[in-house]
Amino acid sequence: MTPDSIPRLARGMKLREDKARAQWVVLGPERMFVPDEIALEILRLLDGSRSLGAIADTLATRYAAPHDEILADIAALLDDLAAKGVVTA
Amino acid sequence: MIQPPLALLAELTHRCPLRCPYCSNPTALTRPGEEVDTATWARAFAEAADLGCLQVHLSGGEPTARRDIEALVRAASEAGLYTNLITSGVLLNGTRLEALVAAGLDHVQLSIQDAEPVSADRIGGYRGGHARKLEFARHVTAAGLPLTLNAVVHRQNLDRLPQMIALALELGAGRLEVAHVQYYGWALANRDALMPSRAQLDAATAAVEAARAAHRSRLVIDYVVPDYYATRPKSCMGGWGQRFLAISPAGHILPCHAAESLPGFAFPDIRTTTLREAWEASEAFNRFRGTGWMPAPCQGCSRAEADWGGCRCQAFALTGDAAAADPACALSPHHALLALALEDADRAGEAFTYREPGRLPAAPACPPVD
Repeated sequence: MTPDSIPRLARGMKLREDKARAQWVVLGPERMFVPDEIALEILRLLDGSRSLGAIADTLATRYAAPHDEILADIAALLDDLAAKGVVTA
Repeated sequence: MIQPPLALLAELTHRCPLRCPYCSNPTALTRPGEEVDTATWARAFAEAADLGCLQVHLSGGEPTARRDIEALVRAASEAGLYTNLITSGVLLNGTRLEALVAAGLDHVQLSIQDAEPVSADRIGGYRGGHARKLEFARHVTAAGLPLTLNAVVHRQNLDRLPQMIALALELGAGRLEVAHVQYYGWALANRDALMPSRAQLDAATAAVEAARAAHRSRLVIDYVVPDYYATRPKSCMGGWGQRFLAISPAGHILPCHAAESLPGFAFPDIRTTTLREAWEASEAFNRFRGTGWMPAPCQGCSRAEADWGGCRCQAFALTGDAAAADPACALSPHHALLALALEDADRAGEAFTYREPGRLPAAPACPPVD
């Protein structure tokens, strides 16, 4: 994934609030996974138009953190989720 | 504290054009006139979501044999459930699929009986079925829906597992379920004709492992191994009344879709109770919940909360006692029954008793043993 990539949830994957267990979950074909706080924050920013670079900008501002570090962290996390078939770019 | 369920299996109907001899439906099939109506299903979906279910599996029989399938998909989707259609695919064309997608369908699980058309049609008992399934699979991927292929495997198709894996790749399925037959109901009656040999099983396991490595990014393969070659039981349903509930076509609320094979139960009815009442307070859901009910050798076993005593339906089918340890466990006093069944199957022929109303008595086919 590059800064220009536009990551989004893969077809068939849905981010949902799981009120009964007070958490958010990603639902897919006969599976689910519970994102940690950081993954959830990133997944919520996937709207099909924001680029990876734009997501890094948003989070770098939100946490007053260095852009390049944030970008590298997000790219690693999204690469991992892409390997699991949760996101595509 | 009773944990909420994760998924609901909605068995919408027992009608099905196929006649698979390993069908997981009970041998006493529900008649169309006894089926739960649209509004009651819609209420059940809303209650399931409220109770904590995240996914619904719309199954049967063939769920698309119901004329209100679009309304049911819409109701499930509007309830907020991830909506999975488990289908044979032979009753659906592209237009009907589009309508289901518009109604909110999230995923399709399509069954195949074999990779070889003549054998597939013989196993399913439906001429031309295999070709229609392939056509339907192409509609699913063309519509952009994720597709899972479900291959129930046994002695009469297991040698072609590599071709079934190739078919899943060719059709663009993202997942393949390779499920060895589970022997209850119809499958128990056909056990001698279905049981694979040890050599077949080992070759299949090796084929799955090789395919997983070769197609890691393209195809997820779920593999359900057969109990009869196991030394520890499966964690059936993740434990009775712990993660999963089912509703039968007639509206019975069940801890597992095969639970009606067990005697001495009064299962709650969705027409007269709520899903929450059934899940939390009914005697049926509480009877085998947790570990308190367990006999030796399960009681106190370090795996008691890993496999939850195995499968109640298999325990009853093989021992006549639903509260016995699952004979799949090597610690069960009945474990030798499995080896005897393998020997019987080794000498048996290939003829099937097809799944048709009235073909088998409602009672379990296997007599209790001491």
